[in-house]
Amino acid sequence: MKRENQFAVLIPAYNEADRIATTIAGIREVCSAEIVVISDGSTDSTAANVRETGSVVIELPFNLGYGAALQTGYQYALKQGYDFAVQMDADGQHDPAFIPLLMKKVQTGMADVAIGSRFLGEGVYHLSLTRKAGVLFFRSLASLLTRQTVTDPTSGFQALNRKAMEFCASEAYPTDFPDADVLVMLHKRGIKFTEVPVRMHQNTKKKTMHSGLVPIYYLFKMILSIFVTLLRNHELRRKP
Amino acid sequence: MTAQLKILAAVIGVTLFIYIIELVRKRSLREEYAWLWMLTGLMIVVLSLWYDLLVFLGRLLGGILPSALLFFFGLLSLLLICLHLSIKLSTLTDQVKRLSQELALQRTEKNRSEENS
Repeated sequence: MKRENQFAVLIPAYNEADRIATTIAGIREVCSAEIVVISDGSTDSTAANVRETGSVVIELPFNLGYGAALQTGYQYALKQGYDFAVQMDADGQHDPAFIPLLMKKVQTGMADVAIGSRFLGEGVYHLSLTRKAGVLFFRSLASLLTRQTVTDPTSGFQALNRKAMEFCASEAYPTDFPDADVLVMLHKRGIKFTEVPVRMHQNTKKKTMHSGLVPIYYLFKMILSIFVTLLRNHELRRKP
Repeated sequence: MTAQLKILAAVIGVTLFIYIIELVRKRSLREEYAWLWMLTGLMIVVLSLWYDLLVFLGRLLGGILPSALLFFFGLLSLLLICLHLSIKLSTLTDQVKRLSQELALQRTEKNRSEENS
């Protein structure tokens, strides 16, 4: 089934029963795209709540991680014949009003990936000191290695065309914390990306993906991943 | 190296070797994981019984005590086994991930076609 010029909105979700319906309603206000929620081994009623809204839910049997959930979403979107996809978080952090703006960039061919940046002037986004330092470090590293200005290397609010979706669905895509390393991978594969100013709301959830000892692992993983990406040849490893 | 230590090392090596074979026989351990363990057992037996080889290797490495060298090789083997297992674990993690994704996608497809019919 070919769905030319149509797009799917992919939302990875882990135990987001409280907020998923509101997020979906927000998206429906701005576009008529198919909404696909990837429930990453949720133990609450996330999947049931999504079904009630009439959206598609892909239920992973257990928690595989943010990247793997996204990758599953891209595999689904490609199978369904979509030429474009938008990825966004389930917790309401990303403002759906910016979906048309992100889509315009990829639909008009200005870029293969349009990344929503919270640091380009739309609203104010506060970060803790450690996260600020992390963003600053990876922003500089990503800008240096991709030879273009990157302001928000950790943004998960993106629109992609088929070329970029095929990369995200492949085994080359990192399945935990796909952030700055993905930008370097995209650059090495000749996939063009651009940043678009978007508004992001502060995450109100007490426990985020980056809590406890996770930031230390994140730092290590990201540096190692970027380093080995630079050592690898840029050929896409296709899923066997 | 004392005779007692020699005997102890040889007994450990032989026991390990026999136990690994028994595990493979009972199909509790796959051959692909057994070979490194068997190599370790064999190495401990050979090095503890062939004392001159141990002394020679100790001299080659700058005068290390034969008993220390025996445990050094044991440790090295364990390191290699751990690395081997980590590689296998990474492959298995990847395979489980792919299987789960495929399962989830097929379930979604099935639900969709059931809803449409």
